[in-house]
Amino acid sequence: MFHIYCPYCEEHREEEEFHPKGQAHIARPAEPEACSDEEWGDYLFFRDNPRGIHHELWVHAIGCRKFFNITRHTASYEILETYKMGEQPTITAESLAREEKAGHVQVAEGGQQTVGASDAALASVKGAQG
Amino acid sequence: MSDVREFDTRPAGHPSAESPLAWSFHRQAPPREAGAGVTLREHAFLGHLVLRGGAIVLDEAVREVLGIALPARPNTLALDDGGERSVQWLAPDEWLVIVPAGEEFTLESRLRQALGQAHFSIVNVSGGQTLIELSGPQAREVLMKSTTYDVHPQAFPVGKGVTVVFAKASVVLRRPREDAWELVVRRSFADYCYRWLLDAAGEYGVSVAR
Repeated sequence: MFHIYCPYCEEHREEEEFHPKGQAHIARPAEPEACSDEEWGDYLFFRDNPRGIHHELWVHAIGCRKFFNITRHTASYEILETYKMGEQPTITAESLAREEKAGHVQVAEGGQQTVGASDAALASVKGAQG
Repeated sequence: MSDVREFDTRPAGHPSAESPLAWSFHRQAPPREAGAGVTLREHAFLGHLVLRGGAIVLDEAVREVLGIALPARPNTLALDDGGERSVQWLAPDEWLVIVPAGEEFTLESRLRQALGQAHFSIVNVSGGQTLIELSGPQAREVLMKSTTYDVHPQAFPVGKGVTVVFAKASVVLRRPREDAWELVVRRSFADYCYRWLLDAAGEYGVSVAR
């Protein structure tokens, strides 16, 4: 039982009101007829499965019934941000890696250290994204 | 004028209609207790309309026809002076309008006229849901047992309305006045919610006003 911030309702709501809908930011090919079978198959069936930062599509199923995006850490399950459809995330694996390099250790609201962890963890995040 | 075909769901000649709670009342006589902590009252056969479209376009039409400003902030509820007609925010492009019985068809026609060729949708959902009013000194205690949403007066002031999980169903929970809460319940969940409310309110003493 935890709360998720709905960017449309503009408040934290109970987790049971939400459903996950898989990876976000998957662009449909502009010309499906011009796709090769492999490209079309990748678009339809293949999804990233990173260890670390993942951008996901969720729906506030009981509530405003709007789809929105969540940036979530797949190992710690921590939700780093939520943002509306059509917007771009402000936190990505790359942005976190840059901060790590600059020597900033970000501390989450709860006082938990969330990013700027070990180099090994960072490498695995990068590897998954790359 | 849009070219959508309208039809009056409440035709002349007054054919018989049953509220979603008719069966519940028939099966078990509604309890009546003197000095009950919680009072339930069903407001059956109200006109419920779901408006969808852009806030600016709809706001103009609703102001003109109903005299109520469309609530633009999330989770808000706007009522007219008499408290009989209300417009509630459901989603960034969706509002629920509740008006007294019999007004919904005229309202729908007038809204369609005012909106003209704008991009919008109006659906009459009057038959699909009912409104249960919850009042009494212990009404909030019953809600606290039934929903995970924070119903403390600080978090849930008068004029707020949200769609939430209630028991194992979903309802629209709203607070039109200081002393009353309203549940907009779907027809198919009505009996379940009603029996849940009777059970949950049993310890405070419950009375069903009809």
